Amino acid sequence: MTNETIMNIPRVTPKNMTEQEFFYGHKACAGCGGSVAVRLALKVLGERTYSALPAGCMAAVGFIFPQMAFKNNSIITTFPGVASMASGIAAGAKALGQTDFKTVCFAGDGGTADIGLQALSGMIDRDDDVLYICYDNEAYMNTGIQKSGLTPYGTHTTTTPAGKNLPGSKTHKKNVFEIIAAHDIKYAATASIGYPQDFINKVNKAKHIKGATFIHVYASCPTGWGTPTNTSIEIAREAVDCGLIFLAEYENGDFKLNKNPKEFASVKEYLTKQGRFKHMTDEDIEQVIGFRDMKWERMRRNWNHK
Amino acid sequence: MERPIKRDFKRPTHINDYPVGPQYEAGFLAETNASWRTFRPVIDLDKCINCLICYMVCPDGTIMKREGKVAVDYDYCKGCGVCAHECPKDAIAMIKEEL
Amino acid sequence: MKTNKIFISGDEAAAHGVRLSRPHVIAAYPITPQTITVERLSEMVESGELDADYMHVESEHSALSAAMGASSVGARTFTATSSQGLLYMVEAMHYASGGRYPIVMMNANRSVALPWSIYGDQRDSLSQLDSGWIQVYVEDAQEALDMMIQAYKIAEHAKVLTPMMVNLDGFILTHTYEMVEIPDQDMVDKFLPPFETPNKMSFENPKNMAFSSQPDDNTEFKYQQNKAMFDAIEVIENTEKEFGEQFGRNYHGMVEEYMCDDAEAVLVTLGSITGTVRVVAEQLRARGLKVGILKIRYMRPFPEKEIMELSHKIKAIGVIDKDISFGYEGTVFTNVNSALAKSNATIFKKNFIGGLGGRDITKAEIEKMYKDLLAGISTNGQKTVEFFNLKVETND
Repeated sequence: MTNETIMNIPRVTPKNMTEQEFFYGHKACAGCGGSVAVRLALKVLGERTYSALPAGCMAAVGFIFPQMAFKNNSIITTFPGVASMASGIAAGAKALGQTDFKTVCFAGDGGTADIGLQALSGMIDRDDDVLYICYDNEAYMNTGIQKSGLTPYGTHTTTTPAGKNLPGSKTHKKNVFEIIAAHDIKYAATASIGYPQDFINKVNKAKHIKGATFIHVYASCPTGWGTPTNTSIEIAREAVDCGLIFLAEYENGDFKLNKNPKEFASVKEYLTKQGRFKHMTDEDIEQVIGFRDMKWERMRRNWNHK
Repeated sequence: MERPIKRDFKRPTHINDYPVGPQYEAGFLAETNASWRTFRPVIDLDKCINCLICYMVCPDGTIMKREGKVAVDYDYCKGCGVCAHECPKDAIAMIKEEL
Repeated sequence: MKTNKIFISGDEAAAHGVRLSRPHVIAAYPITPQTITVERLSEMVESGELDADYMHVESEHSALSAAMGASSVGARTFTATSSQGLLYMVEAMHYASGGRYPIVMMNANRSVALPWSIYGDQRDSLSQLDSGWIQVYVEDAQEALDMMIQAYKIAEHAKVLTPMMVNLDGFILTHTYEMVEIPDQDMVDKFLPPFETPNKMSFENPKNMAFSSQPDDNTEFKYQQNKAMFDAIEVIENTEKEFGEQFGRNYHGMVEEYMCDDAEAVLVTLGSITGTVRVVAEQLRARGLKVGILKIRYMRPFPEKEIMELSHKIKAIGVIDKDISFGYEGTVFTNVNSALAKSNATIFKKNFIGGLGGRDITKAEIEKMYKDLLAGISTNGQKTVEFFNLKVETND
């Protein structure tokens, strides 16, 4: 698909999007950001969608017999095997003569950046017709808030308890977006549920591309982050505004920053309102800002931006 | 049907009442989530401008588009308050549920 | 009946069996000694002989996960592995049986590291008896081909819907060339209808699959799975009978008894070793010794009934295990002995552990096993476990 045809895809907005709900009656925590991502993506993708979910929050809250929260065909997969199982679904359905359908994965940060990375790499390598969406809430939330490869520096989790000897997580987020892009994937993007229309646009674009596509969407978790349930969208928006999360696309071999703010909002403010970062010292926060600036310097130097 | 609704689930009494393998009708809901709620969103229709921000950001999909305004499916609203917090017109109030 | 015999290896015979079964999706990762099967299948897909999607997955775990995905929408699927690869996909094996996906898998029986060995024994598949798969072990290349076709019919049967593993001894069978009859596609199509299942996602009838169930329901799903495995016994026997009638070859169902009618000492075999034991048993018979063979074909479901019946006719039984469950005994023996205990048989029993990591089991050793059994008849019948053909002294 060329850029021109992608641009001709009818825009999906809250006004014109289907009133059908495909992720409904689930048992996610109140204010769950992951469910916003899953719900909106399915509303864009529509009823002819197979969704595949590895072990993780959205699988745990969506399929508790007899409460079946997905209105479309959906399946829980092995933890490391979501991408390969989705590939199998796409291959099987195609072999049976089915057309005009989409296969989508909804996997958490651990299911994507850690245990599922190998299978995801295989899926992209084969260019299987699957959209892989990683909802990133920055830890293994379903099992009780343990550190994953996408847990940022300084995060208090149950396996990186912040204390006298440990600042919380000692490592920064694994650079999943660029790892995926390095496969020469047709389309990859980052998004945040704090900017839902941007996320919808990206899902809509991926929907119309035949082959492997990837969206990394930042999705808040009030339970794991220690934030009020009503601020889930706000906090995911602030993460972008303070520059710790960036909105970008990789397409036709080029990186593009979708949002390049002249000035960042306060990192300190973003961090200190969350229980998981409450312990952070000014030095810790300086580390986070330093890492952010290094990353942005590189992105602005090498990537397209307005 | 726009949204799945609660249905009667007849508990199996014979082994053959179970599906073959762990698979079941998509969207079958045996219970509501209303009991989770301690605060309920109440929409002031005079203030609502139908911008649909609340509709877009509801984690549970319980804000419904209705004739130029929005309404809430109280069977599945968990009362998280995201809608009220994001509403640009302060048209949604979170009212404590009477127990 | 016209014949179409060609000279091929066990791996190639398996590939032909798969081709004739018309799978929609094949997902496999290479591992010695399974590779020839997947190479041939790739060539068949390339040439157009086989209309299937061959998925180049990046691991065995993904191979089986992809097969499950395809099966979950109603596609017929195949995968193949061996040894370390089988163990790498173990999580997915339990998943496939619990999900009731009737995937067929070829396993080239190979030793399990450490120490590394690419050669054959049966420790890989025998360690997986509890993963909920039907397990059949074949003796020669023809049986390998025929069992691939039968496997789909058995696994996909509405009363079974359980994945099935067809085991071929690594190298001894996978890489040995034999004359093999290739059945006509028309005949296979008549025998094996297209795959139909209620256990699938479709746009006409959307499903949520592979769900979680609370303690209130979980046991019932496991009961169903167990019931399906027991129901498979009748399906196996009927399938075998139908196959025999259509193709003129019969493998006798759950077990094959060979010269057991008046036998005093019987050796239990699994897989390709049966061929060598047949030769020895025939020689001993010629010398007047009353010996026989019980070739176990299926380890799951287990041929308990057949073993119990046999135990009342014989005086001694030996089990050759190309396997050891460390700290106890060979796994085949444990299973056989459990059936014997239920039949209250007081016959002499012995477990022969050998062939590990590809070591040859010679005719002379088999003859000695039979003689041990015959000599044991007059003793008190205690079971003993013996590693045979150790090449060094031990402290025992």
